[in-house]
Amino acid sequence: MAIQDYLRQRYFPHMWCPGCGHGTILNSLLRAIEELEIEKNDLVITSGIGCSARISGYVDFHSLHTMHGRALPCATGVKLSRPHLNVIVPMGDGDALAIGGNHFIHAARRNIDITAIVMNNRIYGMTGGQFSPLSGPGVNATTAPYKTIDNSFDTVKLAIAAGASFVARSTAYHAQESTDILKKAIQHKGFSVVEILSQCPTHYGRKNKEGDAASMLEFHKKNTARIGSKALEKNPDLTPRGIFVDVDTPEYCAEYEKIIAVASKEKM
Amino acid sequence: MKNKIKFIQGNEACVEGALYAGIDFFAGYPITPSTEIMEHLARRLPERGGKFIQMEDEIASMCAIIGASLTGRKSMTATSGPGFSLKQEAIGYACMTEIPCVIANVQRGGPSTGNPTHVSQGDVNQARWGTHGDHSIIALTASNHQDVFAMTVDAFNLAETYRTPVILLLDEAVGHMREKLIVPEEGELEIVDRLRTALGRDVDYHPYLPREDGRLPMSDFGGEHRFNVTGLFHDMWGFPSNNPKVINELLRHLVDKIENNVQAITRYKEHCLDDAEYILVSYGSSARSAIHLAKSRRNRGEKIGVLELQSLWPFPTELVREKCSNAKAVLVVEMNMGQVLAQVKAAVEKPDRVFLANRIDGKLITPSDIKKLLRVIQGRGV
Repeated sequence: MAIQDYLRQRYFPHMWCPGCGHGTILNSLLRAIEELEIEKNDLVITSGIGCSARISGYVDFHSLHTMHGRALPCATGVKLSRPHLNVIVPMGDGDALAIGGNHFIHAARRNIDITAIVMNNRIYGMTGGQFSPLSGPGVNATTAPYKTIDNSFDTVKLAIAAGASFVARSTAYHAQESTDILKKAIQHKGFSVVEILSQCPTHYGRKNKEGDAASMLEFHKKNTARIGSKALEKNPDLTPRGIFVDVDTPEYCAEYEKIIAVASKEKM
Repeated sequence: MKNKIKFIQGNEACVEGALYAGIDFFAGYPITPSTEIMEHLARRLPERGGKFIQMEDEIASMCAIIGASLTGRKSMTATSGPGFSLKQEAIGYACMTEIPCVIANVQRGGPSTGNPTHVSQGDVNQARWGTHGDHSIIALTASNHQDVFAMTVDAFNLAETYRTPVILLLDEAVGHMREKLIVPEEGELEIVDRLRTALGRDVDYHPYLPREDGRLPMSDFGGEHRFNVTGLFHDMWGFPSNNPKVINELLRHLVDKIENNVQAITRYKEHCLDDAEYILVSYGSSARSAIHLAKSRRNRGEKIGVLELQSLWPFPTELVREKCSNAKAVLVVEMNMGQVLAQVKAAVEKPDRVFLANRIDGKLITPSDIKKLLRVIQGRGV
């Protein structure tokens, strides 16, 4: 199938600004789904609130656009009820790790078979450029007129510590790499987290002198390096990309089937 | 028949009712005094292939049952005061997206942490207006275990019928008290399953296009039809819309589907009401004391009766007006500062003849508490 076969063209044009990285990430995701040949009826996209969350409306899958930060617990209800479905949850940085932070770590702890994508543009775009828990210190934002003093989370380290069994990072610049990683994440049995660095030229780039979308994409390229690469060895300050964790640990829905087996036996 | 008779807590009666109604999915978070509901369902649900999950918080529990219900599972959560506050955002989401679910709130004293192990009925208004924005809601309540069972079954039935969250407003006294429950035989009580679309696979199904009777056939999410669900105002496909006509029609539909069916939703009981000159309007565990007082005063020839409300929202205004029309005085017996009192005053022809017999100190209101006020109203001194 072609990419447009996965889109609800009735609902276009989309609401993303010119230069936004989210469209590129959507493209990477759809190519992964296409290459995996997943049936449209077997795929659920659940999202919260924010620019990234609007993905769910644009794609021709089962789509559940929920509340700010609440995509993962809603997705948990869907997945546990219908374990055969592929459940993908695209989230923004604020959605996933501020208001939804508790749900994020607990979904990871349970290792429920959901693919969480953190589309990290380091800003609240939809509300007009407030700093997020992934902005880090020294950033200009409408709620940080004197620059931020808040430290940021490291999404990868947080996901690993919380128990996610697949953890990876890529960027909107590395679209093909993102597709490869997303394919593995979707196929992985367990909670998988893929952080994809995105760019918000409108609310982050302009205020932080990072220029337009093209120069922000260059920034993704220059400031990241693959795990195990010489570039990263030479300059450990670069942000590492690639798959950090890919382990086979007991998955929640499969474990619950064992509970049902035990409980229904006891009942008889 | 023998194992159909149980001597159990009210919270367990709620569990029995939920199982009878066909619950498939429960998500919860521990909170006094409702925890026994989740403890029992943790054991009972997997015995029949159902799913139970203890979530990280109250918000997540509410979200999980929304996700589960959407896929076609009968779903429920249980909580109390502070937990009920936390669930309100997602209750509003279930109202807006018309996802059937049941929320048991075993009331304790509030505000805040309040009085976790003691009785209160302070959440009546929160059940109605806890979530933001215009909406309508169904809330049921019960005073004894047989009724807790029946109202739990009804809560599931009404949720599925009207595609809406239903609040089961129990209280600590009923929840923790032990008494007899006779579990009805299969088929004895009606079980309602949701209306599902007859449209075939991949046909352009409109999840939010009401039929002429206002009902919307559902399609199990993740199944035959792909559609969008959103908490934004949405059109018949479930896609976000800020078209004023769409907004106006959706909001009216959400309210009308419940407010136009008050009679069908109303549940109540009468105790010695026929010729009553003094009427006690009550519900939940308060009604037990009201009924006790009415029966004992009847034995002395006093014309006292009880109108026991089992549905609080939508408030049965017409019923209350009609039943109280010949009363010399009406006493609303409840354990709060007058939340149902305000509704009764608004319903009757003589609001100045409506009085509040309440207790708000964590103790169950007693027949003598009510009697003291009644004597004053009757002009028989303190």
